[in-house]
Amino acid sequence: MRIPCPHCGARDVQEFSYLGDASAARPAADASLDAVAEAVYLRDNPAGPHRELWYHASGCRAWLVVTRDTACHAIHAVETARAAAAARDLTAGAVR
Amino acid sequence: MRFSAFSLARNALRSLDTWTPHWRDAAPKPAYDVVVVGGGGHGLATAYYLAREFGVANVAVLEKGWIGGGNVGRNTTIVRSNYMLPGNVPFYELSMKLWERLEQDINYNAMVSQRGVLNLYHSDAQRDAYARRGNAMRLHGVDAELLDREGVRRLAPFLDFDNARFPVQGGLLQRRGGTVRHDAVAWGYARAADARGVDIVQNCEVTGFLREGDAVVGVETTRGPIRAGKVGLAAAGHSSRVAALAGLRLPIESHVLQAFVSEGLKPLIDGVVTFGAGHFYVSQSDKGGLVFGGDIDGYNSYAQRGNLPVIEDVMECGMALWPGLGRLRLLRHWGGVMDMSMDGSPIIDATPLEGLYLNAGWCYGGFKATPASGLCFAHLIARDAPHPAAAAYRLDRFASGRVIDEKGQGAQPNLH
Repeated sequence: MRIPCPHCGARDVQEFSYLGDASAARPAADASLDAVAEAVYLRDNPAGPHRELWYHASGCRAWLVVTRDTACHAIHAVETARAAAAARDLTAGAVR
Repeated sequence: MRFSAFSLARNALRSLDTWTPHWRDAAPKPAYDVVVVGGGGHGLATAYYLAREFGVANVAVLEKGWIGGGNVGRNTTIVRSNYMLPGNVPFYELSMKLWERLEQDINYNAMVSQRGVLNLYHSDAQRDAYARRGNAMRLHGVDAELLDREGVRRLAPFLDFDNARFPVQGGLLQRRGGTVRHDAVAWGYARAADARGVDIVQNCEVTGFLREGDAVVGVETTRGPIRAGKVGLAAAGHSSRVAALAGLRLPIESHVLQAFVSEGLKPLIDGVVTFGAGHFYVSQSDKGGLVFGGDIDGYNSYAQRGNLPVIEDVMECGMALWPGLGRLRLLRHWGGVMDMSMDGSPIIDATPLEGLYLNAGWCYGGFKATPASGLCFAHLIARDAPHPAAAAYRLDRFASGRVIDEKGQGAQPNLH
């Protein structure tokens, strides 16, 4: 499997570390215990497109959000985690 | 047909067409007392123990493929009970005891072979950790022996004892551990459950659940709706997907684990040996192939095939442990989908939906658990109370902080 890093181009998966589902957002500081447990432990775990966090440790050291099909390893989209967070904040109407 | 020395001899002398199918290929009935989703080892064992221990014989096991085609037929066949944490030790020891009398129980040759599982250590710290694990096991009545270097050399002289980076210092040996023929476990449980009236329905995929309010009263399948008093999920690597049909999210990620078999050889290695410095384990099948594996690939996958970096890592670990492996050719390798739970331990519990029960999260250790998993899940379904040996495998343990984290890795499924 090769991941097309936006900074470095397509690189072998061995250069990257995996940190799981990118949609599991950190809960607010005053969130309920149930909301924290859900964010830490519960996952959708789909068979198909999955947005996930990868860290390009042996390359540019950027955090990436990779949309990958878990049923066949095909990679549909890659963006930097920074861009993904900005887009999320924009849709949520947050003030940066 | 009941197997005995006499029946085997009689059939050996006749033409082969006297052998009969081991179980009926049942068509689904409209309703059952219990429907078990998943015809792997755990599902079949659950149905067998429901019928044998709890007198619930109006049971169907629904399998989307064919019996023996899932993880029960594609693992590395190792059985052991060398666990350390309180929630785990009694459960896996119960499983070990059930393995020891399995063949008599189900009247089937599963080739249970207690040839020993040896975990090597390569440093003082690792020796201390294994001494502690061995003590924890013995305190629970489980056998464990801490071997020094010479003790290991007598068992496995072919290992690289003088490896500059990871010299073998000794090992923790569980002599009662070993291997069991995995296909025979599936066939044997299917046959024994069928003999007690369980319907084993193949090529029947569950596509939804029948609901009455918050209660689950059956399943929708590719062979029509089937009503059930209770529904038990034992879907191995696909637990999340089946649970999602009922609107449940689980503390599980699916990952792929690759395993390997070499060309056939004369008897070369007696028991199971694991490499403590990296993740590698090896044993020899009765056909002669070396069976070995290592880490999961480490990212969510349902692909049933892995990627080359893990293959390279497994081979490197193998060569570091046993340089002679480099002379062998690989016959085949495969990837299976694992339910990796968030703390590395399984879940046997009722769900928030009435009538729906969950058996999931076996990570890549499900095979050794098969008999105890079936017995405990059957107990839970039949009595609506957890079996004492599986009382810690609760679904709410994540939210309540009572996780069973044998490896101490936290909520990181790819590290367990």
